[in-house]
Amino acid sequence: MGFLTYLINGLSLGSVYALIALGYTMVYGIAKMLNFAHGDVIMLGAYLVFMCMSNSGLPAVVSIVIAIVCCTAIGIIIEKIAYKPLRRATNLAVLITAIGVSYFLQNMALLIFGSNPVSFTSVVKWTGFSLAGGQLKITGNAVVTIITCFIIMFALMWFVKNTKPGQAMRAVSEDKDAATLMGINVNATISLTFAIGSGLAAIAGALLCSSYPSLNPYTGSMPGIKAFTAAVFGGIGSIPGALIGGLLLGVIEILAKAYISSQLADAIVFAVLIIVLLVKPTGILGKQIKEKV
Amino acid sequence: MLKVENLVVNYGMIQALKGISFDVNEGEVIALIGANGAGKTTTLQTISGMLSPTSGKVLLEGTDITKIPGHKIVSMGLAHVPEGRRVFGGLTVLENLKMGAYTRSSKTEIAESFERIYASFPRLKERQNQLAGTLSGGEQQMLAMGRALMSKPRIVLMDEPSMGLSPIYVDEIFNIIEEISKAGTTVLLVEQNAKKALAIADRAYVLETGNIVLSGDADALMNDDSIKKAYLGE
Repeated sequence: MGFLTYLINGLSLGSVYALIALGYTMVYGIAKMLNFAHGDVIMLGAYLVFMCMSNSGLPAVVSIVIAIVCCTAIGIIIEKIAYKPLRRATNLAVLITAIGVSYFLQNMALLIFGSNPVSFTSVVKWTGFSLAGGQLKITGNAVVTIITCFIIMFALMWFVKNTKPGQAMRAVSEDKDAATLMGINVNATISLTFAIGSGLAAIAGALLCSSYPSLNPYTGSMPGIKAFTAAVFGGIGSIPGALIGGLLLGVIEILAKAYISSQLADAIVFAVLIIVLLVKPTGILGKQIKEKV
Repeated sequence: MLKVENLVVNYGMIQALKGISFDVNEGEVIALIGANGAGKTTTLQTISGMLSPTSGKVLLEGTDITKIPGHKIVSMGLAHVPEGRRVFGGLTVLENLKMGAYTRSSKTEIAESFERIYASFPRLKERQNQLAGTLSGGEQQMLAMGRALMSKPRIVLMDEPSMGLSPIYVDEIFNIIEEISKAGTTVLLVEQNAKKALAIADRAYVLETGNIVLSGDADALMNDDSIKKAYLGE
């Protein structure tokens, strides 16, 4: 029964990674850049939910909606101010800017919220249920996290396949100039991608801190890096890849903590990543990128 | 229909277009011929808003479109088949064609365009569920042309449609261009294959290092000695 409990905890953590990985993978797919500030948007989202719930006493759902709206706006603003002027710049310039934005957000949070961790109240009131005569306990947090993750993932896949803005996203990810010639507004499409990614980051922040309630300005950075790993693991640019990568990473991390060593868990996670990339450099579902001649 | 006035385009320090002017009348097929680096592609890219000129004007049916962003020009009735085809390789043929109709909203009209394009390009219909990246060069060129026509343009710009194609496909592509013209769409054609281009064009302009050096009726140019020497290999 212990194994099943770990597995469910792993899937729950992995679902959060998958939600964060979505933000990385969509932005990479469309803008061809790694937005390293993404993890810090999660932290801001968690703080926003915390302030709405614990300081203002708003209901959890309302708090999350406010956080989604604010993070969406933050995502769009970051893209407009920091990344848009670099659209034709080298990848390295964009990467350094992204790291800069990440530090900026962390330090802004330090100034506003201070460095002491706050104790996050779970957005899920339901405590969960027990199976097999109390031997297998499943927390409400885990159930809600996993279900939310799957609903969002399938909604997003549907959106990209069947709606006009979704199709514009696919076209822009394939070829920006050709997309412009079709009448697609490339800048608006990139903004939309940042908006969706950042909105999902708010949800991920709330779910992450519901399971791991200590919130400080650096809370987003480690899950951010792991989710980026998950995105690469699943094949960067692929939405189902983010789901598979995230879930696998979460399960590996929890099982390694439980059965091998909690100190070595992160090392094991990244070792698995290295092995996967050695065997399949494009990630599990990644596409082979053909160089045009 | 389309009027270009004193167009100057710079790439950094290099002047790619040194003030060219020409016009395209409704229903015409106009060929823009010239060697590599003469500025043909730059001209088309500037017209469709992919590049912004240093000075000069582009007028589409009397409206100044010089400052209008590229994605808004399509819905004004101008389509551009880019050099190298640029189909969306990871999307199916059907999805590529749908992208071409991105600016249109009437479902019945889009369905009509699909029928018309499948009639002109039966091969695209056969392969509609195949990924565009798996098509042959000639089929990709047909897809790029079909995709541009899906926006129901009044004028279509074509950049080197015959480049890299086998002789059979080259003939087929030029036949299709003639058909497009007969169906009432104005065509501005950029080609290195001057012989073929002049054969189907009404008029032509000859571009040399950013300047128009010669212009006139296609038939007359075909018999011009300097053209024969430089571009027709006779």
